Amino acid sequence: MEKMTIQAGAIEELFGRIRSGGRRILAPVDKSGAIVFDEISSYGQVASGYIQTTLSAKEAVLPRFEEILRFRSEGKGVVFEEESNKALPTVVFGLRPCDARSLSVVSAVFERDYPDPFVRSKIENTVLIGVSCAQSDEYCFCTSVGGGPGDTTGSDLLLTRIDDAVFLAEIITEKGESIVSMAQELFARAGDVDKNSHCAKVSRYFDLEELGKRLPAMFDSPVWDGQSLRCLGCGTCSFVCPSCTCFDIQDETDGPRGIRLRCWDSCGFAQFTLHTSGHNPREVQGKRWRQRIMHKFSYQPGGLGEAGCVGCGRCSRACPVDMNLLQHIQEILEAD
Amino acid sequence: MQDNMRRKAKELLSGGAVRVVIGYGEGSGGGVRALFVRKPEDADRLIYDERCVQNLAVYLTRREVKALGKPAIVARVPVMRTIRQLMIEKQAAEGDLAVIGVSSDGSLLDFPDLKSMAEYVSSIPFELSSDERAAVGKLEKMTAGERWDWWRGQFSRCIKCYACRQSCPLCYCERCTVECNQPQWISVPSHGLGNLEWHVMRAMHLAGRCVNCGDCSRACPVNIPLNLLTQKIIKDISEEFGDTEEYALNTFKPDDKEDFIR
Amino acid sequence: MADFEPKIIAFVCNWCTYAGADLTGTSRIKYASNVRVVRLPCTGRIDFMLLMKAFGRGADGVIVSGCHPNDCHYTSGNFHARRRWIVFRSLIDFMGIDVRRVHFAWVSAAEGAKWADLVNRVVSEVRALGPYEGYKRLAPVRADWRTRDAG
Repeated sequence: MEKMTIQAGAIEELFGRIRSGGRRILAPVDKSGAIVFDEISSYGQVASGYIQTTLSAKEAVLPRFEEILRFRSEGKGVVFEEESNKALPTVVFGLRPCDARSLSVVSAVFERDYPDPFVRSKIENTVLIGVSCAQSDEYCFCTSVGGGPGDTTGSDLLLTRIDDAVFLAEIITEKGESIVSMAQELFARAGDVDKNSHCAKVSRYFDLEELGKRLPAMFDSPVWDGQSLRCLGCGTCSFVCPSCTCFDIQDETDGPRGIRLRCWDSCGFAQFTLHTSGHNPREVQGKRWRQRIMHKFSYQPGGLGEAGCVGCGRCSRACPVDMNLLQHIQEILEAD
Repeated sequence: MQDNMRRKAKELLSGGAVRVVIGYGEGSGGGVRALFVRKPEDADRLIYDERCVQNLAVYLTRREVKALGKPAIVARVPVMRTIRQLMIEKQAAEGDLAVIGVSSDGSLLDFPDLKSMAEYVSSIPFELSSDERAAVGKLEKMTAGERWDWWRGQFSRCIKCYACRQSCPLCYCERCTVECNQPQWISVPSHGLGNLEWHVMRAMHLAGRCVNCGDCSRACPVNIPLNLLTQKIIKDISEEFGDTEEYALNTFKPDDKEDFIR
Repeated sequence: MADFEPKIIAFVCNWCTYAGADLTGTSRIKYASNVRVVRLPCTGRIDFMLLMKAFGRGADGVIVSGCHPNDCHYTSGNFHARRRWIVFRSLIDFMGIDVRRVHFAWVSAAEGAKWADLVNRVVSEVRALGPYEGYKRLAPVRADWRTRDAG
């Protein structure tokens, strides 16, 4: 990959080129203390001084709700329209390396048995400009799940701050190249840069492979009930997670017309697995908590070839009752 | 006081009076988290300081916690108010739980039964603080149009995670109205209508019941000041109906006053 | 907007207001035809969500009416309703919903003239306010543009 540099002061100009090239830019902004991705028009709007955003950039490819199709009755028939949910050319700026990796999990889920046209077209039309992490906190564990604070996987272009005025810019894909070529003169060839010295240090807390090997035998362990006693069963962890993909389908009508929406759902909700018969295989929170861990660290590695968790720590930071995922995993590995 | 609390917990557990003590223990990020102590020797993990604000009464109605057996619960004033409300609503009865009370100035309180706890907490006036009044008042002074825009802005962040509902000890319905889909009464997705309907419904279902513990706002991952809604209702109820022993929407006075019914 | 006619939904109790509205008809009193009446056994049964749903489905105004206090067919339903309305009206006003579009009244079975007068006044007030576009736009099914812009 090519290594370039760009002045921090030139990012504003780059944004201008991106926008006049017809792409919208989503970047982290501060909304009442919550750092969320939203459309911006200038670099000055981008939030700073935070470790990780509250909500992830998952919204760019899997929005909290989106239209799948519209329908209306016409005469004796029904007319469907599937054209309104079109991907907008987008640049997501400022996502962390862990987030960039998470989109490959999302993509794998939605390409598995049936290529989801909405997720696919959004991924195709989105360029990811990642920013390496200069700081981390006790909730981060990217290096335990195969990532790192300066990891290039998943980003099209990765920026790393190497001093107050300059970013290292690594061009990883053709999409990244296309961004750089919008403003070639703003980039200069990079000399020798020790990128890692400018990235946070994140200790490796556990062995992902070992976890994957241990989990199947622990299906009936009492550890799940014990760990989930304080869990309230809300959907916060699933919704802030960049790699959680469960969804619900809702039809909303207005007289002779209607709209089918897909929206986020969570395996933590008590009725998530409620059958029409009335039977609920995951009636207690311990079973739902077990599902969460198994899905991310055992089933998805088996089925998709990669873990369903990128170690971003959002779930643990946002959880109202401090269900610290890393601590729970460490406890699981220490149990028999 | 912490030592006394641990001693009390040990006593209750080893004597068999309770099967679990629900309190606070050290958590991540320098914070605290709910702790379920089942063995007397673990009672030393219980802590109590100004970080301990979560309303633990939320666990009294959770089936997984109820399955552990009779609990003792570390109860600050809002938690005691919650227990009293749960008793009024027949969700808790004399003998169901023990209370390790904590007064507003941080001293340990011992109650022989729930009735005396309820009496104690009823004697403490239930009203908004002056800061809370000011926050509600700030919105009241805006025009309706300004309030609409303000709340739309706040709710635009809502992702319908229901952390507010799950953290509220008085939202204990095993099947919430939003989870009924014949018909789907409240829109599920987090669009403008779905969010508005949910938050109006939540506030109304808590009218006259909310104890102003603030857990809903604390739980919200995107910092929506949800307790403003319930605080507005608390303010209205106190101004319109005065203080009531029962909860306000469960009862009435034949001469309740209003100025808008034609 | 000269030809805008508001849609008003009226939630009324069976024993008083519905009978009163019937009396309006049998007395041959002419009044505005914008109201669709929903009959319930008692105002005590009127869930506040019904009013929200009316707005969500396109109503521009809502009327809620029942027996006068002390005259409730079920003794105390309207007393409970009154408390609920006091709290609900204040809450929705606090959230910026237009309370000028929500009207409460006591109309007895003998007050045929009052019903007509009430409807006429509400219709003319809501007509002056115009359609309740702000609320209607909240649902994506009503949005004529991309879902992401709705709500």
